[in-house]
Amino acid sequence: MGIYEISLATLVGINIILALGLNMISGFCGQISLGHAAFYGIGAYTAAFMAKAGAPFPAAVLAGMVLAGLVGLAVGLTSLRVRHDFLAITTMGVGFLFLGVVRQQEILGGELGVSGIPSPGLEKTGYMVLVLILAAFFTAFSLWIKRSWMGFAFEAVADDEDTARVLTVDVAACKLTAFAMGTAMAGVAGGLYASFARFIMPDDFGFITSITVLSMVAVGGIGSVFGVIISTVILTLMPEFFRFISDYKLLLYGALLFGVMRFAPEGLAGFTRAVRKAGIRSAGKKEAAG
Amino acid sequence: MLFFELFVQGLIHGSMYAMIAVGLTLVYGLLRILHVAHAGLFALGGYLGLLITNATGSLALAMITSALIVGLGGMLVYRLCYQPILDRPPYVPLIASIGVFIAMEEVFRLVFGPYGLTYNHPHLQSQVTLLGLNLRGAEIGMVITAMVLLGGLSYLAQNTRIGIAWRATVDDPEIAESFGIDAVKVRYLNFFIGSGLAAVGGIFISLLSNLVEPTMGGVPAYKALAIIVLGGLGNVKGTLVASLALGVVEAFGTIYIGSYLDRDAIAFAFLIAVLMIRPQGLFTGR
Repeated sequence: MGIYEISLATLVGINIILALGLNMISGFCGQISLGHAAFYGIGAYTAAFMAKAGAPFPAAVLAGMVLAGLVGLAVGLTSLRVRHDFLAITTMGVGFLFLGVVRQQEILGGELGVSGIPSPGLEKTGYMVLVLILAAFFTAFSLWIKRSWMGFAFEAVADDEDTARVLTVDVAACKLTAFAMGTAMAGVAGGLYASFARFIMPDDFGFITSITVLSMVAVGGIGSVFGVIISTVILTLMPEFFRFISDYKLLLYGALLFGVMRFAPEGLAGFTRAVRKAGIRSAGKKEAAG
Repeated sequence: MLFFELFVQGLIHGSMYAMIAVGLTLVYGLLRILHVAHAGLFALGGYLGLLITNATGSLALAMITSALIVGLGGMLVYRLCYQPILDRPPYVPLIASIGVFIAMEEVFRLVFGPYGLTYNHPHLQSQVTLLGLNLRGAEIGMVITAMVLLGGLSYLAQNTRIGIAWRATVDDPEIAESFGIDAVKVRYLNFFIGSGLAAVGGIFISLLSNLVEPTMGGVPAYKALAIIVLGGLGNVKGTLVASLALGVVEAFGTIYIGSYLDRDAIAFAFLIAVLMIRPQGLFTGR
């Protein structure tokens, strides 16, 4: 593997952690968030400043995770007040609020961002392996949550909050847990990104990033762990495949988002499910005929 | 004096927000969709207005033509983008809409170039003194146009057969249909009017900054989303009040707390603060 492939693989790993975090909130628990990039940013900025202050790499990433999770918990509190589309816009507002604060504070680097973030002390291949191991860990974690009792409760909240409440599911606790876990994962991704890029600026964590992460989740099939991973890999690598037509790559990206929602609204996961079902049906027909 | 000036500036911005946000809230009231692609239509209005003004020298002609074309564009967006996926969960049309918006921005960039275009008629930037304030002609024109158009819209909604059919469909689509109202026609009308208003708003904002650029739709559109949420989603009166309120809050906020938060962040901080106190927005119901 060359340097180029190694950094691509690292980026894929970081995006998987980021997208699985949003999948926890929007996929499992049904709370649409349009501000996920803010928590990615909080993780990245925290880790960057910790590392610059001389903290060892694991401590810096951990601090980013904790702070992002705490802010996420606070934002989760808003989800107890507002629902559905109101929540989507509130979380979008949180994203802009984060950007506004970072941009105006000289102490946080302002428009120019933070540069000279120390290296994590691993060479490129080692760092890629570390990121991919963490991505695998969070994949396993997501699958475990999904199959646990809590995942079941999340699904009930996503389906119908009021019915879930009647069935004695603690809706508030579910939402807060989902927000705290999902945003903490975004914080980890941010910390890993800061040490990987060694230079961060406010625009890396803007609305477009939030939308990109949401599309990774939606294109994969909201709530499906493997669907989200596959679509994250595709959407992260796609701009690289299309480099020969780089002028049109965002146009294609927009068209892809629209196309998937228009023709396969359940994403890749829904599409494969439909194909499998069709296969079983035709096999059944053959048996009946034979 | 500063107080008065900030207040007037706030109302001027607010009337621009109103022209964008009314279209969004109409779509939300009827279809329960957050119509992000509205921002693309708004930018399309700005481009058409500038191109026609520069070609013919007539701003009035530019406004009428671009409102009509963008209105038709809005109907097309409804037909191609929303109609087939109306019965899906709300994030599906939302993401489809964001996709359309990104694609539209890219088309503008590829067709008209990334740097933006300016008006070649300097008299459009002239200043006048009114009530002791130096205002630009375009600012006054925008406030008057917004009042006329939104007043006309309210007359249409209250006093004509079309308006009554429209309000009935918003209230209860099924019962309205059982009374012989064609809900699909109402939707097309809705998109036509909302997009036409956005086009006029787009022309005025491009006059104020003397610039149209591919990304001009973004920030006003995100704010318009905040406004319709503030106004209680789907509530037209609430949207108008929220537009003016947001304009004024921003004008004062940039002066007094501008060193801590930028203009956009002030708008969203206001939104979040209001929603925590009144989670259903300033006004409830439709």
